[in-house]
Amino acid sequence: MKATILKLLGVAAVGFGLAFAPHGVRAQVSGNVVKLGVLSDLSGTYSDTTGNGSVRAAKMAAADFGGKVLGKPIEVISADHQNQPDVGSGIARRWIDEEGVDTIVDVPTSSVALAVQQITKEKNRVFLMSGPASSDLTGKACSPVGIQWTYDTYALAHGTGGALVKQGGDSWFFITADYAFGHALERDTSEAVLAAGGKVLGNVNAPFPSADFSSFLLQAQASKAKVIGLANAGADTINSIKQAEEYGIVSGGQRLAGLLVFNTDIHALGLQAAQGLVITVAYDWDMNDATRAFAKRFMAFPESKGVPPSYIQAGVYTEVTHYLRAIQAAGTDEATAVVAKMREMPINDFMVKNGTIRIDGRVMREMYLAQVKSPAESKYPFDYLKILQTIPRDEAFRPLKDGGCYLVK
Amino acid sequence: MSGAGRLPCPCGAGGGAPFRGNRPKDMFELIGIPPQALFGQLLLGLINGAFYALLSLGLSVIFGLLNVINFTHGAQYMLGAFAAWGLLSYAGLSYWPALILAPIAVAIVGLAIERLFLRRLYGYDHLYGLLLTFGIATILEGVFRQRYGSSGLPYPIPGLLSGGHNLGFMFLPNYRAWVVVVSLAVCLATWFLIERTRLGSYLRAATENAPLVQAFGINVPRMITLTYAFGVGLAGLAGAMAAPIYQVSPLMGSNLIIVVFAVVVIGGMGSIMGSILTGFGLGIIEGFTKVFYPEASNTVVFVIMAIVLLIKPAGLFGQTR
Repeated sequence: MKATILKLLGVAAVGFGLAFAPHGVRAQVSGNVVKLGVLSDLSGTYSDTTGNGSVRAAKMAAADFGGKVLGKPIEVISADHQNQPDVGSGIARRWIDEEGVDTIVDVPTSSVALAVQQITKEKNRVFLMSGPASSDLTGKACSPVGIQWTYDTYALAHGTGGALVKQGGDSWFFITADYAFGHALERDTSEAVLAAGGKVLGNVNAPFPSADFSSFLLQAQASKAKVIGLANAGADTINSIKQAEEYGIVSGGQRLAGLLVFNTDIHALGLQAAQGLVITVAYDWDMNDATRAFAKRFMAFPESKGVPPSYIQAGVYTEVTHYLRAIQAAGTDEATAVVAKMREMPINDFMVKNGTIRIDGRVMREMYLAQVKSPAESKYPFDYLKILQTIPRDEAFRPLKDGGCYLVK
Repeated sequence: MSGAGRLPCPCGAGGGAPFRGNRPKDMFELIGIPPQALFGQLLLGLINGAFYALLSLGLSVIFGLLNVINFTHGAQYMLGAFAAWGLLSYAGLSYWPALILAPIAVAIVGLAIERLFLRRLYGYDHLYGLLLTFGIATILEGVFRQRYGSSGLPYPIPGLLSGGHNLGFMFLPNYRAWVVVVSLAVCLATWFLIERTRLGSYLRAATENAPLVQAFGINVPRMITLTYAFGVGLAGLAGAMAAPIYQVSPLMGSNLIIVVFAVVVIGGMGSIMGSILTGFGLGIIEGFTKVFYPEASNTVVFVIMAIVLLIKPAGLFGQTR
C-alpha cells in the first residue's frame, strides 16, 4: 500500500518535472504555433514578382512540410507594406509585439526591408529576405538573424555589368530609381563596370515610381554612353524598356542593361520588346524537371495569374522550407538557435545547390547569366530565357570582407 | 519615396556613390543646358502636359457643372486603356476604332455610376461625392489588379504612327506628336462647346439655377448625366491614347490622378481654360525639373500648388464660389 502511494507520488513528480522542465529540455515553440508573416507589396509595382505569389509560395512550403513542425501548427499570415517603410515597420512591430509572429518573410523594396531588418534585429526574430535586393542588407545593415536568401544588387551588378563590359559595352549611363535599392544597384554596378575596365559617364535619379521616362531616356541618349543601365525594377523597368524603343535608343546603337528583370516583366513586355536583354537571375522555372514541377504546381494557384513563379517567389518557398527544417532540427523556434541551425545545415532543393549561409546573412549560391530569347527562339509559353553561363557562388556575391558587416571579425 | 533615411544609404550628398552629379559634359555646360536640349525637354513637357490637360479638363467639366470631385477619374483613365487593349485582344479591333469606342465604353460606365450612385448625393456636401468616387476607384483598380496583375499588358503603337522624326535637337516619336495634336484639338473643342455654344449656355445656366432652367423645359437631370458621361469619356480617351506609351496597367491611373488634381487646383476648380493652360504649363515645368533636378520632378507640381493656394486660393483662373 505504502509502496503504491510512493510509486504514484513518484509518477506525479516525474510528470510535474517534465511539465516545468527548463528551456531546451523539451521542444519549445513560442505560443504553440510557428507563425510566419509574409510582408510584401500586395498591390503596387512589385506585386506581380512578389506579392500574393510570395504569400502562396510560403503557404505551399508550410503545407508541403505537413502543416506542422515539432507537433505545432504552422500559420502563414500576410500584409501589404505598400512600398512604404513606415507602413512596413508599423506592421512588423505589431506582428512581433502583439501577434506572436516568429519570422518575417520576403519584404521586397529595400527601403522597407532595411527598416524591418532593424526591428527584427532589435526584437530577435528571424528575417527571411527573398524580395529585397540592396546588398547593404548583408553589408552595413547586416543582422545576426537576417538572411538574404535569393539575390542582391552586387550579384546583379557583377553578373550583368561584368558580362556587358566584356562584350564591349565599356561606357555606362544610369537611370536610377531614387531610393535605397536603386542607389545600391547603381553603386554596385558602377564598381563592377570600373573593375572590368569600363567607365561611367553619368546618371539621372528618377523618382520612384515613374510612368514617363522620356526625359531620362533622352538624357541617357545624349550622354552617348554605349550602355544605359536601368537601376530600377518592376513597372519602372518595363516602362523604361518600352519607351526606349519609342525613342529609337536601341536602333540608334545604344544598349539597354536591365539590371533587375524578372520573368513576369518579360511576360508583361512581350518578347518583341524584351529580346536580347542580358540579365542575371537566381533561377528560371524551366531549368530542370524539379523547377518545372514546382512551376506547374505554383501555376495551379490563382495567385500566380497563370505565370510561372519569379525567382523571388521560388526563393520564398525554399527559404521557408529551410527555416522549418531548422526548427525541426533545433527543437525550438527561438531565433538565434534556429539561425544557428540554418547555417549548420546545407541548403539543397530545386533552386539552390549546396547553398550555405554566411555570417553576414548572405546565402551563397550559384547565379545565372541569361539572355531573353527572340520571338522566333521561343517555342512554348513562357519559354523566355536561355542560360548563357553559371556564375559560381564565390564570384556571384561580394567577398565577405568587403561588405562592412559588423559581424565579420 | 525613400523613407529609409535613417539607415546608411549611399544616396546622400558626398556619400559613397562616386558618379552622382557627374553628368555628361556636352549636355550640362553652364547653369543649364544648351538651347537644343532645352527644346527637347520643352516638347516632352508638352506631351506629358497633353495628358494632364485632357484629364484635368474632364475633372474640371464635372466639377464645374456637377459640383462633384470625381476621384474615379484615374480609374476611368485606366478603364480607357484597358478598353483599347480588350478591343485589340478580344475583338481584333485596331487602335483607330478603339480611339472612338474606348471613350464611349468608359462613358457608358460613367453613365451607370452617375445614375446608380452619384445622383443620390447631389444634395450633400462635396465630401460625400469624393468619398463615393474614391471608393469606386479603389474597387475598380482592385478588381483589375486581381485579374491582370500589376506589371501591365503590352499595347503596340499603331503602324501608321510608329517611328519618328529627327528634329535635330531630339528624336520625336510620331505617336507622341499625335498625342499633343489630338489633346489640343479635343481641349479646345470642349472649351468652345461649353463656353461658346447654346448647349454650353444651358449647361452653365443649369449649374447656376437648375429649377429655373428646368422650368424652361430642359431636362436638367439628363443633361447632368450626360455631362458626367462626357467628362468621364475624356478620361477614357486619354487612357486609350496612353495605352501605346505606358503599360496598360491597373495602377496607371492612381499614379496620375493626384498630379491631375493638383493641376485642377492650380488652374482653379471648374475653370475650363484654366485646366487646359495649367495642364500644359505644368507638364512643361515638370519636364524642365526632370533635367535640372530630377529627384524633385514628382513633387514640383505640389510645391507650385502650395504656393498658388497661399497667394490665390481660388486657383490661377478660378473664381471664388
